[in-house]
Amino acid sequence: MSKELELTCIICPASCTLKVTVEDNKVIKVEGNLCPRGVEFAKNELSNPVRYVMSVVKVRGGDLPTVSVVTRNPVPKNCIWQVMEALAKVEVEAPVEIGDVIVKDICGTDIIATRRAKKI
Amino acid sequence: MKTLEYDTVVIGGGPAGIAAAIKATELGLKTILIENRDLLGGIPLQCVHTGFGLHYFKEDLTGTQFVTRLLDKLEKLRVEYLLKAHVHSIEYLDYDKKLVNVVTPQGVVRILTKTIIYTTGARERHLYEIGVVGDRPDGIYTAGEAQTLMDIYGIMPGREVVIIGSGDVGLIMARRFALEGAKVKAVIEILPYPGGLMRNVMQCLRDYNIPLLLGHTVVKVVGKKRVEKVIVAKVDENFKPIEGTEFEIPCDTVVLSVGLRPYLKVLEKLGIHIDPATGGPVVNEYLETNIPGVFVAGNALVVNDLVDYAVEQGELAAEGAKVFIENKGIPTKNWKLVEKGRNIRLVVPHAVSGERDVIIYARVANPERNVYVQIPELGFRLFSYGVRPAEMIWFKLRKDMFSKLGADVNKITLEVKPR
Ligand SMILES: Cc1cc2nc3c(=O)[nH]c(=O)nc-3n(C[C@H](O)[C@H](O)[C@H](O)COP(=O)(O)OP(=O)(O)OC[C@H]3O[C@@H](n4cnc5c(N)ncnc54)[C@H](O)[C@@H]3O)c2cc1C
Repeated sequence: MSKELELTCIICPASCTLKVTVEDNKVIKVEGNLCPRGVEFAKNELSNPVRYVMSVVKVRGGDLPTVSVVTRNPVPKNCIWQVMEALAKVEVEAPVEIGDVIVKDICGTDIIATRRAKKI
Repeated sequence: MKTLEYDTVVIGGGPAGIAAAIKATELGLKTILIENRDLLGGIPLQCVHTGFGLHYFKEDLTGTQFVTRLLDKLEKLRVEYLLKAHVHSIEYLDYDKKLVNVVTPQGVVRILTKTIIYTTGARERHLYEIGVVGDRPDGIYTAGEAQTLMDIYGIMPGREVVIIGSGDVGLIMARRFALEGAKVKAVIEILPYPGGLMRNVMQCLRDYNIPLLLGHTVVKVVGKKRVEKVIVAKVDENFKPIEGTEFEIPCDTVVLSVGLRPYLKVLEKLGIHIDPATGGPVVNEYLETNIPGVFVAGNALVVNDLVDYAVEQGELAAEGAKVFIENKGIPTKNWKLVEKGRNIRLVVPHAVSGERDVIIYARVANPERNVYVQIPELGFRLFSYGVRPAEMIWFKLRKDMFSKLGADVNKITLEVKPR
Protein backbone atom coordinates (compact mmCIF):
# COMPACT_ATOMS: atom_id res chain seq x y z
CA MET A 1 0.00 0.00 0.00
CA SER A 2 1.34 3.41 -0.90
CA LYS A 3 0.24 6.65 0.67
CA GLU A 4 0.78 10.28 -0.17
CA LEU A 5 1.64 13.06 2.22
CA GLU A 6 2.69 16.68 2.14
CA LEU A 7 5.80 18.20 3.69
CA THR A 8 7.32 21.67 3.66
CA CYS A 9 11.00 21.55 2.87
CA ILE A 10 12.99 23.66 5.36
CA ILE A 11 16.41 23.49 3.70
CA CYS A 12 16.23 26.93 2.09
CA PRO A 13 13.87 29.93 2.00
CA ALA A 14 12.07 28.65 -1.13
CA SER A 15 10.10 26.43 1.31
CA CYS A 16 8.98 23.96 -1.39
CA THR A 17 5.77 22.05 -0.77
CA LEU A 18 6.74 18.41 -1.28
CA LYS A 19 4.28 15.71 -2.32
CA VAL A 20 5.81 12.54 -0.96
CA THR A 21 4.71 9.02 -1.87
CA VAL A 22 5.57 6.39 0.75
CA GLU A 23 5.37 2.61 0.36
CA ASP A 24 6.33 0.13 3.10
CA ASN A 25 7.81 3.00 5.12
CA LYS A 26 10.02 3.92 2.19
CA VAL A 27 9.95 7.13 0.20
CA ILE A 28 9.39 6.12 -3.44
CA LYS A 29 8.56 9.47 -5.01
CA VAL A 30 9.04 13.16 -4.20
CA GLU A 31 7.41 15.89 -6.26
CA GLY A 32 7.31 19.68 -5.95
CA ASN A 33 10.98 20.11 -5.07
CA LEU A 34 12.96 22.75 -6.95
CA CYS A 35 16.29 21.03 -6.20
CA PRO A 36 17.62 17.58 -5.22
CA ARG A 37 18.02 18.59 -1.58
CA GLY A 38 14.22 18.30 -1.29
CA VAL A 39 14.38 14.54 -1.87
CA GLU A 40 17.07 14.14 0.77
CA PHE A 41 15.04 16.25 3.18
CA ALA A 42 11.86 14.21 2.66
CA LYS A 43 13.71 10.94 3.29
CA ASN A 44 15.33 12.24 6.47
CA GLU A 45 12.20 13.93 7.71
CA LEU A 46 10.21 10.68 7.56
CA SER A 47 12.87 8.39 9.02
CA ASN A 48 15.04 10.52 11.30
CA PRO A 49 14.22 14.24 11.29
CA VAL A 50 17.19 16.39 12.26
CA ARG A 51 17.63 20.03 13.25
CA TYR A 52 20.46 22.42 14.05
CA VAL A 53 20.15 23.70 17.61
CA MET A 54 21.19 27.29 18.32
CA SER A 55 21.41 29.03 21.67
CA VAL A 56 23.75 30.98 23.97
CA VAL A 57 25.89 29.97 26.96
CA LYS A 58 27.28 32.03 29.83
CA VAL A 59 30.82 33.41 29.67
CA ARG A 60 33.02 34.47 32.58
CA GLY A 61 35.38 37.39 32.13
CA GLY A 62 34.30 38.26 28.59
CA ASP A 63 33.38 41.54 26.89
CA LEU A 64 29.83 40.19 26.62
CA PRO A 65 28.12 37.94 29.18
CA THR A 66 27.28 35.21 26.63
CA VAL A 67 28.55 33.53 23.49
CA SER A 68 26.21 32.10 20.90
CA VAL A 69 26.52 28.44 19.93
CA VAL A 70 25.27 25.93 17.35
CA THR A 71 25.49 22.16 16.93
CA ARG A 72 28.21 21.41 14.38
CA ASN A 73 25.79 19.09 12.57
CA PRO A 74 22.03 18.80 12.80
CA VAL A 75 20.92 16.49 15.63
CA PRO A 76 17.91 14.16 15.76
CA LYS A 77 14.82 16.13 16.73
CA ASN A 78 14.30 14.10 19.88
CA CYS A 79 17.78 15.13 21.09
CA ILE A 80 17.00 18.86 21.11
CA TRP A 81 16.13 18.93 24.82
CA GLN A 82 19.18 16.93 25.77
CA VAL A 83 21.31 19.55 24.01
CA MET A 84 19.48 22.45 25.69
CA GLU A 85 19.82 20.88 29.14
CA ALA A 86 23.53 20.40 28.65
CA LEU A 87 23.91 24.00 27.50
CA ALA A 88 22.03 25.36 30.52
CA LYS A 89 24.75 23.97 32.78
CA VAL A 90 27.74 25.18 30.79
CA GLU A 91 29.74 28.25 31.69
CA VAL A 92 32.91 28.98 29.77
CA GLU A 93 35.89 31.23 30.41
CA ALA A 94 36.83 34.05 27.99
CA PRO A 95 38.46 34.27 25.52
CA VAL A 96 36.27 32.25 23.18
CA GLU A 97 36.89 32.10 19.43
CA ILE A 98 34.30 31.28 16.77
CA GLY A 99 34.50 27.54 16.13
CA ASP A 100 35.75 26.66 19.65
CA VAL A 101 34.17 23.48 20.97
CA ILE A 102 31.87 24.34 23.87
CA VAL A 103 30.47 20.84 24.52
CA LYS A 104 32.19 17.80 23.09
CA ASP A 105 30.45 14.75 21.72
CA ILE A 106 26.77 15.17 22.41
CA CYS A 107 24.04 13.50 20.31
CA GLY A 108 26.71 12.49 17.82
CA THR A 109 28.16 15.96 17.32
CA ASP A 110 29.86 18.88 19.09
CA ILE A 111 28.54 22.25 20.08
CA ILE A 112 30.63 25.11 18.79
CA ALA A 113 30.80 28.85 19.44
CA THR A 114 29.43 31.25 16.82
CA ARG A 115 30.36 34.51 18.51
CA ARG A 116 33.63 35.69 19.95
CA ALA A 117 34.15 36.66 23.58
CA LYS A 118 37.20 38.82 24.15
CA LYS A 119 38.85 38.63 27.55
CA ILE A 120 38.56 41.81 29.56
CA MET B 1 35.92 71.73 20.73
CA LYS B 2 37.94 70.10 18.01
CA THR B 3 36.90 69.68 14.38
CA LEU B 4 37.95 66.59 12.43
CA GLU B 5 37.90 66.29 8.64
CA TYR B 6 36.91 63.26 6.57
CA ASP B 7 35.89 62.28 3.05
CA THR B 8 33.00 60.25 4.38
CA VAL B 9 31.26 59.77 7.71
CA VAL B 10 29.28 56.56 8.06
CA ILE B 11 26.52 56.83 10.68
CA GLY B 12 25.31 53.49 12.16
CA GLY B 13 27.55 50.47 12.77
CA GLY B 14 25.35 47.57 11.62
CA PRO B 15 26.08 45.43 8.55
CA ALA B 16 25.26 48.21 6.06
CA GLY B 17 27.47 50.73 7.86
CA ILE B 18 30.35 48.33 8.42
CA ALA B 19 30.26 47.30 4.76
CA ALA B 20 30.13 50.95 3.67
CA ALA B 21 33.09 51.87 5.90
CA ILE B 22 35.14 48.93 4.61
CA LYS B 23 34.41 49.72 0.97
CA ALA B 24 35.03 53.46 1.38
CA THR B 25 38.40 52.73 3.01
CA GLU B 26 39.31 50.28 0.24
CA LEU B 27 38.46 52.97 -2.29
CA GLY B 28 40.91 55.29 -0.58
CA LEU B 29 38.45 57.57 1.19
CA LYS B 30 39.29 58.90 4.64
CA THR B 31 36.49 57.29 6.60
CA ILE B 32 35.05 57.23 10.11
CA LEU B 33 32.21 55.04 11.41
CA ILE B 34 29.93 56.28 14.19
CA GLU B 35 27.89 53.94 16.38
CA ASN B 36 25.32 54.70 19.04
CA ARG B 37 25.67 51.56 21.13
CA ASP B 38 28.76 50.37 22.98
CA LEU B 39 29.42 47.73 20.32
CA LEU B 40 29.44 47.43 16.54
CA GLY B 41 27.42 44.83 14.66
CA GLY B 42 23.78 45.92 14.59
CA ILE B 43 20.99 43.34 14.59
CA PRO B 44 22.97 40.24 13.47
CA LEU B 45 25.17 40.40 16.55
CA GLN B 46 22.10 39.27 18.52
CA CYS B 47 20.89 36.74 15.92
CA VAL B 48 22.07 33.28 16.97
CA HIS B 49 20.11 31.50 14.22
CA THR B 50 21.38 30.61 10.77
CA GLY B 51 20.09 32.15 7.54
CA PHE B 52 22.70 34.86 7.02
CA GLY B 53 25.14 35.24 4.16
CA LEU B 54 23.84 32.78 1.55
CA HIS B 55 24.24 35.41 -1.18
CA TYR B 56 27.22 37.35 0.08
CA PHE B 57 29.48 34.61 1.48
CA LYS B 58 27.72 31.69 -0.29
CA GLU B 59 27.48 30.04 3.13
CA ASP B 60 24.68 29.64 5.63
CA LEU B 61 25.98 31.45 8.71
CA THR B 62 24.49 32.56 12.00
CA GLY B 63 24.02 36.32 12.34
CA THR B 64 26.88 36.39 14.82
CA GLN B 65 29.25 34.57 12.47
CA PHE B 66 28.24 36.76 9.56
CA VAL B 67 28.86 40.06 11.28
CA THR B 68 32.11 38.90 12.90
CA ARG B 69 33.52 38.30 9.42
CA LEU B 70 32.70 41.88 8.51
CA LEU B 71 34.09 43.21 11.79
CA ASP B 72 37.35 41.31 11.33
CA LYS B 73 37.81 42.98 7.97
CA LEU B 74 37.05 46.37 9.47
CA GLU B 75 39.70 45.86 12.15
CA LYS B 76 42.23 44.57 9.63
CA LEU B 77 41.81 47.69 7.50
CA ARG B 78 42.11 49.79 10.68
CA VAL B 79 38.96 51.72 9.89
CA GLU B 80 38.42 54.43 12.49
CA TYR B 81 35.25 54.23 14.55
CA LEU B 82 33.57 55.85 17.54
CA LEU B 83 31.34 53.92 19.97
CA LYS B 84 28.68 55.35 22.31
CA ALA B 85 28.58 58.25 19.88
CA HIS B 86 25.26 59.92 19.25
CA VAL B 87 24.80 62.05 16.15
CA HIS B 88 22.99 65.11 17.43
CA SER B 89 22.61 67.00 14.16
CA ILE B 90 23.97 67.55 10.68
CA GLU B 91 24.53 70.98 9.15
CA TYR B 92 24.67 71.42 5.38
CA LEU B 93 27.30 74.06 4.65
CA ASP B 94 27.98 73.46 0.96
CA TYR B 95 27.55 70.62 -1.55
CA ASP B 96 30.87 69.10 -0.40
CA LYS B 97 30.88 70.37 3.20
CA LYS B 98 28.67 68.97 5.92
CA LEU B 99 29.19 69.31 9.61
CA VAL B 100 28.24 66.33 11.77
CA ASN B 101 27.80 67.13 15.48
CA VAL B 102 28.41 64.05 17.60
CA VAL B 103 27.89 63.68 21.34
CA THR B 104 30.43 61.24 22.81
CA PRO B 105 31.39 60.30 26.37
CA GLN B 106 34.49 62.49 25.84
CA GLY B 107 32.41 65.49 24.83
CA VAL B 108 31.03 66.96 21.61
CA VAL B 109 32.98 66.17 18.43
CA ARG B 110 32.48 68.16 15.24
CA ILE B 111 33.25 66.35 12.01
CA LEU B 112 33.57 68.15 8.70
CA THR B 113 32.95 65.81 5.77
CA LYS B 114 32.40 65.79 2.02
CA THR B 115 29.89 62.93 2.10
CA ILE B 116 27.67 61.10 4.60
CA ILE B 117 26.51 57.48 4.44
CA TYR B 118 23.53 57.03 6.73
CA THR B 119 22.98 53.45 7.93
CA THR B 120 21.12 53.62 11.23
CA GLY B 121 18.78 50.72 10.49
CA ALA B 122 15.06 50.60 11.17
CA ARG B 123 12.88 51.21 14.20
CA GLU B 124 10.58 48.45 15.48
CA ARG B 125 6.90 49.37 15.46
CA HIS B 126 5.24 49.47 18.87
CA LEU B 127 1.84 48.78 20.49
CA TYR B 128 0.44 52.27 19.95
CA GLU B 129 0.95 51.88 16.20
CA ILE B 130 -1.24 48.78 15.97
CA GLY B 131 -4.14 50.03 18.06
CA VAL B 132 -3.79 47.80 21.13
CA VAL B 133 -5.42 49.43 24.17
CA GLY B 134 -5.30 48.65 27.89
CA ASP B 135 -2.49 48.73 30.45
CA ARG B 136 1.22 49.27 29.85
CA PRO B 137 2.80 47.18 32.62
CA ASP B 138 6.24 45.52 32.62
CA GLY B 139 6.65 42.57 30.30
CA ILE B 140 6.02 44.21 26.93
CA TYR B 141 9.01 43.95 24.60
CA THR B 142 9.74 44.41 20.93
CA ALA B 143 11.34 41.35 19.32
CA GLY B 144 14.66 43.19 19.12
CA GLU B 145 14.61 44.12 22.82
CA ALA B 146 13.79 40.54 23.82
CA GLN B 147 16.54 39.27 21.55
CA THR B 148 19.13 41.67 23.00
CA LEU B 149 18.26 40.59 26.54
CA MET B 150 18.35 36.86 25.79
CA ASP B 151 21.10 36.51 23.26
CA ILE B 152 23.56 39.21 24.27
CA TYR B 153 22.97 39.54 28.03
CA GLY B 154 21.64 36.04 28.76
CA ILE B 155 18.53 37.31 30.58
CA MET B 156 15.11 35.67 30.08
CA PRO B 157 12.47 38.36 29.60
CA GLY B 158 9.60 36.12 30.75
CA ARG B 159 8.12 32.62 31.08
CA GLU B 160 4.66 32.67 29.48
CA VAL B 161 4.79 34.46 26.20
CA VAL B 162 2.35 35.72 23.58
CA ILE B 163 3.92 36.89 20.33
CA ILE B 164 2.15 39.43 18.14
CA GLY B 165 3.06 39.11 14.45
CA SER B 166 4.02 36.05 12.41
CA GLY B 167 6.74 37.52 10.20
CA ASP B 168 10.04 35.65 10.23
CA VAL B 169 11.20 37.71 13.19
CA GLY B 170 8.17 36.69 15.28
CA LEU B 171 8.50 33.02 14.28
CA ILE B 172 12.21 32.93 15.09
CA MET B 173 11.62 34.56 18.47
CA ALA B 174 8.87 32.02 19.25
CA ARG B 175 11.41 29.23 18.76
CA ARG B 176 14.04 31.04 20.81
CA PHE B 177 11.66 31.38 23.77
CA ALA B 178 10.49 27.76 23.47
CA LEU B 179 14.06 26.46 23.33
CA GLU B 180 14.98 28.38 26.48
CA GLY B 181 12.11 26.72 28.32
CA ALA B 182 9.43 29.41 28.12
CA LYS B 183 5.86 28.47 27.29
CA VAL B 184 4.87 30.23 24.07
CA LYS B 185 1.09 30.44 24.41
CA ALA B 186 0.41 31.63 20.85
CA VAL B 187 1.61 33.60 17.88
CA ILE B 188 -1.15 36.01 16.85
CA GLU B 189 -1.43 37.17 13.24
CA ILE B 190 -4.04 39.59 11.92
CA LEU B 191 -3.71 38.45 8.27
CA PRO B 192 -5.33 35.23 7.05
CA TYR B 193 -1.88 33.79 6.19
CA PRO B 194 1.46 33.69 8.03
CA GLY B 195 3.76 36.65 7.35
CA GLY B 196 6.99 34.64 7.38
CA LEU B 197 8.33 31.80 5.28
CA MET B 198 6.55 28.42 5.46
CA ARG B 199 9.91 26.97 6.36
CA ASN B 200 9.90 29.02 9.54
CA VAL B 201 6.28 28.14 10.33
CA MET B 202 7.40 24.49 10.25
CA GLN B 203 10.72 24.61 12.07
CA CYS B 204 9.86 27.35 14.55
CA LEU B 205 6.21 26.67 15.42
CA ARG B 206 5.26 23.10 14.40
CA ASP B 207 8.41 21.60 15.89
CA TYR B 208 7.49 23.09 19.29
CA ASN B 209 3.69 22.77 19.05
CA ILE B 210 3.19 26.51 19.22
CA PRO B 211 -0.32 27.58 18.13
CA LEU B 212 -0.60 30.10 15.28
CA LEU B 213 -3.81 32.10 15.39
CA LEU B 214 -4.44 33.55 11.93
CA GLY B 215 -7.05 36.25 11.41
CA HIS B 216 -6.78 37.25 15.09
CA THR B 217 -5.54 40.31 16.90
CA VAL B 218 -4.71 41.37 20.43
CA VAL B 219 -7.23 44.03 21.39
CA LYS B 220 -6.08 44.71 24.93
CA VAL B 221 -3.21 44.13 27.34
CA VAL B 222 -4.18 43.62 31.01
CA GLY B 223 -1.86 43.79 34.03
CA LYS B 224 -1.08 45.97 37.05
CA LYS B 225 2.65 45.74 37.57
CA ARG B 226 3.41 42.94 35.14
CA VAL B 227 1.45 41.67 32.14
CA GLU B 228 -1.25 39.26 33.41
CA LYS B 229 -3.13 38.45 30.22
CA VAL B 230 -4.06 39.63 26.75
CA ILE B 231 -7.53 39.81 25.24
CA VAL B 232 -7.62 38.34 21.74
CA ALA B 233 -10.38 38.58 19.13
CA LYS B 234 -11.07 37.36 15.60
CA VAL B 235 -11.01 40.03 12.90
CA ASP B 236 -13.28 40.59 9.91
CA GLU B 237 -12.10 41.16 6.34
CA ASN B 238 -11.36 44.81 7.18
CA PHE B 239 -9.15 43.69 10.08
CA LYS B 240 -11.68 45.01 12.64
CA PRO B 241 -12.16 42.86 15.76
CA ILE B 242 -15.46 40.95 15.66
CA GLU B 243 -17.55 41.61 18.75
CA GLY B 244 -18.35 38.53 20.80
CA THR B 245 -15.26 36.57 19.66
CA GLU B 246 -12.97 37.84 22.45
CA PHE B 247 -11.10 35.43 24.69
CA GLU B 248 -8.23 35.70 27.18
CA ILE B 249 -4.76 34.27 27.08
CA PRO B 250 -2.97 34.44 30.45
CA CYS B 251 0.71 35.35 30.03
CA ASP B 252 3.46 37.39 31.67
CA THR B 253 5.16 38.62 28.50
CA VAL B 254 4.07 40.14 25.20
CA VAL B 255 6.57 40.24 22.35
CA LEU B 256 5.88 42.56 19.45
CA SER B 257 7.03 41.69 16.01
CA VAL B 258 4.84 43.96 13.93
CA GLY B 259 7.22 45.38 11.40
CA LEU B 260 10.04 47.85 11.04
CA ARG B 261 10.22 51.39 9.71
CA PRO B 262 13.34 53.23 8.52
CA TYR B 263 14.42 55.73 11.15
CA LEU B 264 15.70 59.02 9.76
CA LYS B 265 14.99 61.72 12.30
CA VAL B 266 18.31 63.52 11.90
CA LEU B 267 18.06 63.56 8.11
CA GLU B 268 14.44 64.70 8.11
CA LYS B 269 15.57 67.90 9.80
CA LEU B 270 17.87 68.44 6.80
CA GLY B 271 14.87 68.36 4.45
CA ILE B 272 15.29 64.91 3.00
CA HIS B 273 12.47 63.62 0.72
CA ILE B 274 10.74 60.51 2.08
CA ASP B 275 8.99 57.85 -0.01
CA PRO B 276 5.81 56.97 1.92
CA ALA B 277 5.91 53.43 0.48
CA THR B 278 9.32 52.52 1.94
CA GLY B 279 9.38 55.01 4.80
CA GLY B 280 12.94 55.67 3.65
CA PRO B 281 14.41 58.39 1.45
CA VAL B 282 13.96 58.90 -2.27
CA VAL B 283 17.31 57.91 -3.84
CA ASN B 284 19.09 57.60 -7.17
CA GLU B 285 21.04 54.53 -8.24
CA TYR B 286 24.03 55.45 -6.04
CA LEU B 287 21.60 55.61 -3.11
CA GLU B 288 22.15 59.35 -2.91
CA THR B 289 19.23 61.34 -1.49
CA ASN B 290 17.95 64.72 -2.69
CA ILE B 291 20.65 66.28 -0.49
CA PRO B 292 23.89 66.16 -2.49
CA GLY B 293 26.49 63.82 -1.02
CA VAL B 294 24.14 62.28 1.55
CA PHE B 295 23.67 58.56 0.90
CA VAL B 296 21.43 56.07 2.73
CA ALA B 297 21.82 52.26 2.83
CA GLY B 298 20.52 49.17 4.63
CA ASN B 299 17.33 49.15 6.68
CA ALA B 300 17.40 52.95 6.91
CA LEU B 301 16.82 52.94 3.14
CA VAL B 302 14.29 50.13 2.87
CA VAL B 303 13.52 47.27 5.26
CA ASN B 304 15.51 44.34 3.87
CA ASP B 305 14.69 40.71 4.62
CA LEU B 306 18.27 39.69 3.97
CA VAL B 307 21.39 41.10 5.53
CA ASP B 308 23.16 40.44 2.23
CA TYR B 309 21.14 43.20 0.59
CA ALA B 310 21.95 45.66 3.40
CA VAL B 311 25.66 44.95 2.87
CA GLU B 312 25.37 45.30 -0.89
CA GLN B 313 23.68 48.68 -0.43
CA GLY B 314 26.37 49.83 1.99
CA GLU B 315 29.08 49.02 -0.55
CA LEU B 316 27.17 50.77 -3.32
CA ALA B 317 26.77 53.92 -1.22
CA ALA B 318 30.54 53.93 -0.64
CA GLU B 319 31.11 53.74 -4.40
CA GLY B 320 28.66 56.60 -4.75
CA ALA B 321 30.64 58.66 -2.24
CA LYS B 322 33.80 58.04 -4.26
CA VAL B 323 32.14 59.08 -7.55
CA PHE B 324 30.70 62.14 -5.82
CA ILE B 325 34.07 63.29 -4.48
CA GLU B 326 35.92 62.67 -7.76
CA ASN B 327 33.35 64.48 -9.91
CA LYS B 328 32.31 67.16 -7.45
CA GLY B 329 28.83 65.67 -7.46
CA ILE B 330 27.16 62.69 -9.14
CA PRO B 331 27.76 63.42 -12.86
CA THR B 332 24.55 61.91 -14.30
CA LYS B 333 22.44 64.48 -16.15
CA ASN B 334 19.57 62.40 -17.46
CA TRP B 335 17.75 60.38 -14.77
CA LYS B 336 14.98 57.96 -15.59
CA LEU B 337 12.35 57.58 -12.89
CA VAL B 338 11.43 54.06 -11.79
CA GLU B 339 7.63 53.94 -11.55
CA LYS B 340 5.46 51.43 -9.72
CA GLY B 341 3.16 49.48 -12.02
CA ARG B 342 0.68 46.67 -11.37
CA ASN B 343 1.03 44.93 -7.96
CA ILE B 344 4.23 46.74 -7.00
CA ARG B 345 4.11 48.27 -3.52
CA LEU B 346 7.59 49.70 -3.37
CA VAL B 347 10.74 49.92 -5.43
CA VAL B 348 14.29 51.17 -4.79
CA PRO B 349 16.14 53.05 -6.27
CA HIS B 350 13.73 55.71 -7.48
CA ALA B 351 15.87 56.92 -10.40
CA VAL B 352 18.39 55.20 -12.68
CA SER B 353 20.83 56.47 -15.28
CA GLY B 354 21.17 53.53 -17.66
CA GLU B 355 24.90 54.29 -17.67
CA ARG B 356 25.83 51.39 -15.39
CA ASP B 357 24.45 48.09 -14.04
CA VAL B 358 21.93 48.62 -11.28
CA ILE B 359 20.22 46.38 -8.72
CA ILE B 360 16.50 46.80 -8.20
CA TYR B 361 14.82 45.95 -4.87
CA ALA B 362 11.03 45.74 -4.80
CA ARG B 363 8.04 44.33 -2.93
CA VAL B 364 4.63 43.35 -4.24
CA ALA B 365 1.35 44.53 -2.72
CA ASN B 366 -0.39 41.12 -2.86
CA PRO B 367 0.72 37.49 -3.09
CA GLU B 368 0.43 36.09 -6.62
CA ARG B 369 1.45 32.83 -8.35
CA ASN B 370 3.04 32.18 -11.76
CA VAL B 371 3.85 35.71 -12.78
CA TYR B 372 6.26 37.80 -14.80
CA VAL B 373 8.14 40.59 -13.09
CA GLN B 374 8.80 42.96 -15.97
CA ILE B 375 9.86 46.37 -17.25
CA PRO B 376 8.17 46.83 -20.64
CA GLU B 377 10.27 49.85 -21.69
CA LEU B 378 13.43 47.70 -21.51
CA GLY B 379 11.90 44.47 -22.79
CA PHE B 380 12.97 42.99 -19.44
CA ARG B 381 11.00 40.06 -18.07
CA LEU B 382 11.60 37.56 -15.26
CA PHE B 383 9.44 34.53 -14.50
CA SER B 384 8.54 33.74 -10.88
CA TYR B 385 6.60 30.81 -9.41
CA GLY B 386 5.26 33.08 -6.74
CA VAL B 387 5.70 36.56 -5.31
CA ARG B 388 4.83 37.48 -1.72
CA PRO B 389 4.90 40.83 0.11
CA ALA B 390 7.24 39.31 2.71
CA GLU B 391 9.88 38.39 0.13
CA MET B 392 11.84 41.11 -1.53
CA ILE B 393 12.25 40.95 -5.29
CA TRP B 394 15.90 41.39 -6.26
CA PHE B 395 17.35 41.59 -9.76
CA LYS B 396 20.07 43.28 -11.73
CA LEU B 397 19.48 45.50 -14.75
CA ARG B 398 22.50 45.49 -17.03
CA LYS B 399 23.66 48.67 -18.68
CA ASP B 400 23.20 47.22 -22.19
CA MET B 401 19.46 46.68 -21.54
CA PHE B 402 19.09 50.45 -21.67
CA SER B 403 20.60 50.77 -25.15
CA LYS B 404 17.19 50.28 -26.81
CA LEU B 405 15.71 53.07 -24.77
CA GLY B 406 15.26 56.39 -26.58
CA ALA B 407 17.17 59.34 -25.13
CA ASP B 408 13.89 61.17 -24.58
CA VAL B 409 12.41 58.40 -22.39
CA ASN B 410 12.53 59.58 -18.80
CA LYS B 411 10.81 56.73 -16.98
CA ILE B 412 10.66 52.95 -16.72
CA THR B 413 7.85 50.96 -15.09
CA LEU B 414 8.20 47.89 -12.90
CA GLU B 415 5.13 45.66 -12.89
CA VAL B 416 3.92 42.15 -12.07
CA LYS B 417 1.72 40.43 -14.65
CA PRO B 418 0.10 36.97 -14.60
CA ARG B 419 1.72 34.58 -17.08
C1 LIG C 1 14.95 38.86 14.57
C2 LIG C 1 15.57 39.11 13.21
C3 LIG C 1 15.96 38.04 12.44
C4 LIG C 1 16.61 38.25 11.21
N1 LIG C 1 16.99 37.14 10.52
C5 LIG C 1 17.67 37.29 9.37
C6 LIG C 1 18.15 36.14 8.66
O1 LIG C 1 17.92 34.99 9.07
N2 LIG C 1 18.86 36.33 7.53
C7 LIG C 1 19.13 37.59 7.06
O2 LIG C 1 19.80 37.72 6.03
N3 LIG C 1 18.67 38.70 7.69
C8 LIG C 1 17.95 38.58 8.83
N4 LIG C 1 17.49 39.70 9.48
C9 LIG C 1 17.66 41.03 8.82
C10 LIG C 1 19.01 41.70 9.09
O3 LIG C 1 19.30 41.63 10.45
C11 LIG C 1 18.95 43.15 8.60
O4 LIG C 1 18.70 43.15 7.23
C12 LIG C 1 20.27 43.90 8.83
O5 LIG C 1 20.65 43.85 10.17
C13 LIG C 1 20.16 45.36 8.38
O6 LIG C 1 21.39 46.00 8.60
P1 LIG C 1 21.54 47.54 8.87
O7 LIG C 1 22.98 47.81 9.00
O8 LIG C 1 20.78 48.30 7.86
O9 LIG C 1 20.77 47.83 10.25
P2 LIG C 1 21.03 47.34 11.75
O10 LIG C 1 21.53 45.96 11.81
O11 LIG C 1 19.78 47.67 12.47
O12 LIG C 1 22.19 48.31 12.28
C14 LIG C 1 21.97 49.68 12.52
C15 LIG C 1 23.05 50.19 13.47
O13 LIG C 1 22.96 51.62 13.56
C16 LIG C 1 23.07 52.02 14.93
N5 LIG C 1 22.38 53.31 15.09
C17 LIG C 1 21.05 53.55 15.08
N6 LIG C 1 20.81 54.86 15.22
C18 LIG C 1 22.02 55.47 15.30
C19 LIG C 1 22.43 56.84 15.44
N7 LIG C 1 21.55 57.84 15.52
N8 LIG C 1 23.75 57.10 15.50
C20 LIG C 1 24.65 56.09 15.42
N9 LIG C 1 24.32 54.80 15.27
C21 LIG C 1 23.02 54.49 15.21
C22 LIG C 1 22.42 50.87 15.68
O14 LIG C 1 22.85 50.83 17.02
C23 LIG C 1 22.92 49.66 14.88
O15 LIG C 1 24.18 49.21 15.32
C24 LIG C 1 16.83 39.55 10.72
C25 LIG C 1 16.40 40.64 11.48
C26 LIG C 1 15.76 40.44 12.71
C27 LIG C 1 15.29 41.65 13.49
